[in-house]
Amino acid sequence: MAQDSYTEFVNTGVGKKITKALGLPQPAKLRRYTPDAPLIPGPVVLLGASEASDILARRLLGWGLDVRRHIGPKEKVAAVVALFDTAATPAQLSETVLAVGGLLKQLKASARVITVFRDPAHTEDPAVRAARKGVEGLTRSLAHEMRAGSTANGIVLHEELDIASPSVAGALRFLLSGRSAFVSGQFITVDSVNGALPEDWAAPLAGQVAVVTGAARGIGAAIARTLHRDGARVIAVDIPAAGEQLAAVANEVAGTALQLDITDDDAGEQILSHADQYYGRLDIVVHNAGITRDKLLANMDSARWDSVIAVNIESQLRMNRALLKSDLFNRPEGTVGPRIVSLASTSGIAGNRGQSNYAASKAGVIGMVSASSAQLQARHGTINAVAPGFIETEMTAKMPFATREVARRLNSLNQGGRPEDVAETIAYLASPAAAGTSGLTLRVCGQNLVGA
Amino acid sequence: MAETPRDAVIIGGNRIPFARAHGAYAKSSNQDMLTSALNGLVARYGLQGEQLGAVAGGAVLKHSKNFNLVRESALGTPLDPKTPAYDVQMACATGTEAIGSLANKIKLGQIDSAIGGGVDSISDAPIVVSDQLRGILMEATRAKTAGQRLKALAKIRPAHLAPQAPGTGEPRTGLSMGEHMAVTANKWGITREEQDELAVASHRNLAAAYESGFFNDLISPFKGLSADNNMRADSSVDKLAKLSPVFGKDLGESATMTAANSTPLTDGASAVLLGSEEWADAHDLPKLANFVDYEQGAVDFVDGAEGLLMAPTYAAARMLKRNNLTFEDFEYFEIHEAFASTVLAQMKAWESEDFCRDVLGLDKPLGSIDRSKLNVNGSSLAAGHPFAATGGRIVATLAKLLYGKPGKRGFISVCAAGGQGITAIIEGR
Repeated sequence: MAQDSYTEFVNTGVGKKITKALGLPQPAKLRRYTPDAPLIPGPVVLLGASEASDILARRLLGWGLDVRRHIGPKEKVAAVVALFDTAATPAQLSETVLAVGGLLKQLKASARVITVFRDPAHTEDPAVRAARKGVEGLTRSLAHEMRAGSTANGIVLHEELDIASPSVAGALRFLLSGRSAFVSGQFITVDSVNGALPEDWAAPLAGQVAVVTGAARGIGAAIARTLHRDGARVIAVDIPAAGEQLAAVANEVAGTALQLDITDDDAGEQILSHADQYYGRLDIVVHNAGITRDKLLANMDSARWDSVIAVNIESQLRMNRALLKSDLFNRPEGTVGPRIVSLASTSGIAGNRGQSNYAASKAGVIGMVSASSAQLQARHGTINAVAPGFIETEMTAKMPFATREVARRLNSLNQGGRPEDVAETIAYLASPAAAGTSGLTLRVCGQNLVGA
Repeated sequence: MAETPRDAVIIGGNRIPFARAHGAYAKSSNQDMLTSALNGLVARYGLQGEQLGAVAGGAVLKHSKNFNLVRESALGTPLDPKTPAYDVQMACATGTEAIGSLANKIKLGQIDSAIGGGVDSISDAPIVVSDQLRGILMEATRAKTAGQRLKALAKIRPAHLAPQAPGTGEPRTGLSMGEHMAVTANKWGITREEQDELAVASHRNLAAAYESGFFNDLISPFKGLSADNNMRADSSVDKLAKLSPVFGKDLGESATMTAANSTPLTDGASAVLLGSEEWADAHDLPKLANFVDYEQGAVDFVDGAEGLLMAPTYAAARMLKRNNLTFEDFEYFEIHEAFASTVLAQMKAWESEDFCRDVLGLDKPLGSIDRSKLNVNGSSLAAGHPFAATGGRIVATLAKLLYGKPGKRGFISVCAAGGQGITAIIEGR
């Protein structure tokens, strides 16, 4: 992984003084998840009076958190949860918004602001939709204004959804926790009452079997480790040529290694047969494998274009068809079904010079995910994508110094994310507590300015 | 063979690609390579933390510091350290012997699971000091006073300092294996052309197997190498015909053995996972084939009565008789290509009425082997032959070929230095 020595320097006493005096970016050391760390280290202030607020308060208290409706001016705040679920006009936002504003100077490092509101798309009333879109706008702006590793994100509820649904709790917990360290300015939509809260929040994937493609290194290896830490048994997949590193990852996570080219016609069937043989079940598939073959479109040849499309999107479409035909990748009973999580990219959202092939494939992933949601829902399952921004990997370590340094700082957290940040979001989307979220592309980019 | 209490099941295998000597693995030790092959096997079958009945294998060329090579390699894997491991050595039949004897232990109920395999490195071969220098150093070690020690060390002469590398020559004849084989090939009238054809088939079959993905779950890469680098997919009889003989040159015009129809010196490692049926089921592991039986053979090659690499011909006759089988009962034949002429000479012997009657004491010849069933996914001429690793390569390849073909049999023949060899029977499931 690339060494971000600037962030290390800023986080020393003298470094902080110098960089502040020069007006340079202030990347903070982010609060990241560990199973034994507190969910959130300090008081959570709940703003916005509604019936929903009482339900959320009980939920937060149930997690042993220090929940407040009011807080003294000297006290530090670890998180603010602001409810806008009943906002009917933009004018009605004022009271809660200003209350949030009043607390911002009291935020601890790596604090959280979470807005909760109903989906703007679900109303035809111009004033109601204006109010809801207003919450989106203010949440994004707030994310830009956050300091010291703090983030602002929203939870968007389906019009009819009971706020007591497990997946609302799942989204809230994810956003409060260190799992969402590099997620900011984003929205998690919760569309259904599906989902279940885990018996043990430290092992939300206990008993489940997960496939991770491209698991030999980088983000894929981090995903394998994170899913394993969360209790899943992992099938680590990569091309035969990456077998040595793949074996090391599989051995590290006490899983099995499957050497396989995902562009094989029967790749999906091979994965299903391996899962059936060794585990007798398959719950989670993470389509992480991907390649880049950058070239300006004017200089693009068919080998570069076609290989990127074949590996990054066609293979996923083909594997999903096989998965969705199979009885193994199905949970007919219960409300928690199979999960697919795909790797998209901010390039797929904003486009990127020299990456027409990559951007096409990753935008394709976003399209595939939204269009496959209904098929997964028929199995009580979900399909989502995660779009990483600048992540510190072996690949980005090879970028020229200046380009890398600019790319790193070009987001609200002023630093690159880590492979684990992407993995944490994937593990959340794969968990039973996220069963109500599907068809979504969630960015893990520190609110990258590109494609925001 | 007599009924055994239970089957010994071949679950799968893993090897690292074989590399031509002094190439990709020049800086890797036997222990590095065997550990990698074992790690790949553990990863493929999810054996982390598992206590197996035994891990057995060996190396033909071995440093004295590697007295516990297999145990040390196994300790470098995530297997439970309570898994016993030990070294086996029977020249080029080391891997096959390790696997065969482990299968016997499983059949007897002594153990439920095992890994057998082997490794060899020409690039990291032990180089030793001369016997004279070693004698002087030992004398100095035994010395009781400084004076005695100096007196001993003063005997060292420059000539003593020349290092001695291990050779593939037979200690009792001084002839290399190739020279021995050249004599046998000449005796059986093996032509240059048929040797070259066999070599080309080996390369093409191996390349086709790679192309079809056959090795995806049999090989894991090592040191950046993901396929055997001796393999030449574009090999042809015409190209091979241009090479000059390297063995049996004193035969003049009749010399037939070239670098292409002899195996190159190679580095590599392999491992095969075995278990009882119950153990495989309890661990949700596949059951590719049964290891049915195996037989060792040895011949008197020293006085020239028999060819150095002909022992498998004798072993095969005994093994087939014991199992009440003929060559017609086999779907696949894996005859280790030490040299193309080794395979051809063994097959000629089995076809020969005189040899089978007079030497093997059979009523009729064992018969001919259908070439379309022989080394169908390539063998040592293409893959290379890191001596002790070849058995694991062959057993895993054959077991996978027979998987899904219940009752179909595969035949293995591996010749070895010292006039020895092993044959074995595998049956698909």
